[in-house]
Amino acid sequence: MLLGFDMSQILQQLVNGLALGSVYALIALGYTMVYGIVRLINFAHGDVFMLGAYYGFFAITRLHIPFILAMPIAMGLAALTGVIIERLAYRPLRQAPRIAALITAIGVSLLIQNLGLKLFESRPRPYPQIMRTIVWDVGGVVFSNTQIVMLGVALLLMVLISLFVYKTKTGKALRAVAFDRDAARLMGIDSDRIILITFALGSALAAAGGVLVGFYYNRITPTMGTMYGLKAFVAAVVGGIGIVPGAMLGGVIMGIAEVFVVAFVSSTLKDAIAFAVLIVVLLVKPAGLLGRAVREKV
Amino acid sequence: MLRRSIILALALLVLVGAASYGAEEIKIGLITSTTGDTATFGISVRNAALLWEKQVNARGGILGRQVKIYVEDDKGMPSDAANAALKLINQTKVPVIIGAVTSNCTLAAAPIAQANKVPILTPTSTNVTVTQIGKYVFRSCFLDPLQGQVMARFAVSTLKASTAAMLYDVSSDYSMGLAESFKKQFEALGGKVVASETYSRGESDFSAQLTKIKRVDPDVLWLPDYYNTVGLITRQARQLGIKKATFIGVDGWDSSDLVPLAGDSIEGGYFSNHYSAESTRPMAVAFIKAYTDAYKATPDALAALAYDGCLVVEDAIRRAGKVDSEAITSALATTKNVEAVSGVLTLDADRNPIKDAVVLQVKGGKFVYVTSVSP
Repeated sequence: MLLGFDMSQILQQLVNGLALGSVYALIALGYTMVYGIVRLINFAHGDVFMLGAYYGFFAITRLHIPFILAMPIAMGLAALTGVIIERLAYRPLRQAPRIAALITAIGVSLLIQNLGLKLFESRPRPYPQIMRTIVWDVGGVVFSNTQIVMLGVALLLMVLISLFVYKTKTGKALRAVAFDRDAARLMGIDSDRIILITFALGSALAAAGGVLVGFYYNRITPTMGTMYGLKAFVAAVVGGIGIVPGAMLGGVIMGIAEVFVVAFVSSTLKDAIAFAVLIVVLLVKPAGLLGRAVREKV
Repeated sequence: MLRRSIILALALLVLVGAASYGAEEIKIGLITSTTGDTATFGISVRNAALLWEKQVNARGGILGRQVKIYVEDDKGMPSDAANAALKLINQTKVPVIIGAVTSNCTLAAAPIAQANKVPILTPTSTNVTVTQIGKYVFRSCFLDPLQGQVMARFAVSTLKASTAAMLYDVSSDYSMGLAESFKKQFEALGGKVVASETYSRGESDFSAQLTKIKRVDPDVLWLPDYYNTVGLITRQARQLGIKKATFIGVDGWDSSDLVPLAGDSIEGGYFSNHYSAESTRPMAVAFIKAYTDAYKATPDALAALAYDGCLVVEDAIRRAGKVDSEAITSALATTKNVEAVSGVLTLDADRNPIKDAVVLQVKGGKFVYVTSVSP
């Protein structure tokens, strides 16, 4: 017993937090990869996540595509959306001051969200029920098959993206561009192409997160991107923005912190805790948990 | 030739103008949520009101004048509801307003009507404080405490429950009020509320709260909120292995989206409501037929209530004998024995109606009538 709560209770809340955190982690990856490479906080990322959820929704309900295929389709469409956004909104501003790109990102976010409200209707849509929920009880800790699917898919995608970034040639190029874009270009790396790939990958991951949220929580709305996006952004900063494992760590911390504060303190602090964690981390370790302090190049 | 046609046109214009002046229509404002979180409610309300408009005009209107309803969408947001009330009063210049749908919106719109001395009648807002705003604010549906009392009584006597857990929205007056009245009545009847957990509007993860509820393993789980949240909660509750508890709730459950959102998890749950589509009252049968013919859908309780609200306003205008805000207000205050779809309506001194509630059960994805309960 700890503060009146037994161990199975704490373990159960940990499982709940992991499920939620895995979604934050998927979205946070997109933020962090894009930031790492173009130093842009892509505020439209949360809305791409929302679009991903709707792509999946329409693929399943209108085109009657099975879930297992709907997810890659949603990811593909979202990747395309990300590429279009990069090409039309951000590339023309590559040489402009960073603040201009940032404001553009907020504009793109609002544009997508309001388009979503117009096209998809603002009412919450029930996601189609893909599988019958089966529940296992292991020593007082409950797992459901939906939780396992969600965690499994999130983990698989995170492993794949890590392999891509750290083990492939394109991944190496990506890291090179992130490290020093001009030097990378001098080495013959097509940095515009690498940036497009980054947007495509980040958007695809966000879409996967969107489909998983729909699958697990069963409710999607055109405005869902705002809160998830914000939390994931905080997760990315907490983990150390620009660092791939940092985003995953930040996402999981965020999920667990939220669940624990609701379980053991008060549900009204749920949204506050994300930002409290952010403030504490920034005070103690400004570069994020996994970040290394880099001196500004002069 | 040209001059003659101009004169003819002028004469026509005068005629048309005179005709429309003689039968100047009665404007009625309607604040409802046709988009947003509670859109299915708002659309039902709008549909029922427009059905009434058509029917009353076919009957020759009120006081020999045709009726026109001006619909304003509040998107389920209190700020928009307040703006809608302002627009209807200052711009459209309606003598009476019907709305809003949810209590939160009515609580924002009603003070504006009160300040401008325009009567407002909400057909669907069940929060107690709504009619306490002032003498221009009326309602034609029962109040929240009644639903809490009815379901507490039902849980104890019919479901034989001795323990209950509650999970409710602390950012909603509606949900808080219902949690309070349920707890009071349930404990007065000898039951015990063993867990009381909360969340805030718009949340989608309830695993932390439900894990705590699972630990105390209650007989019933009281979920006083709207369908779009309840559907998520019941699904997650079953996913977390809450097997024993029967889900019980309120009129906010009554939506065709509840079952798609909740899936099998909601099966067997009970909720209190204003009316049942299986009602055999002649008035209800006629309404259900007309509504189904017009919209190809069974009217939900919101539709029935909105229709009843329109009937109360119609009755008041007829008795007032003129279309004037003050006269309509006095007439509304003395509403007595109006035959309506959900029952016979009489307003008490606090401008609230006295009427029964029904309990429905989710069975095979449908809402089935179980029993009627008097307050």
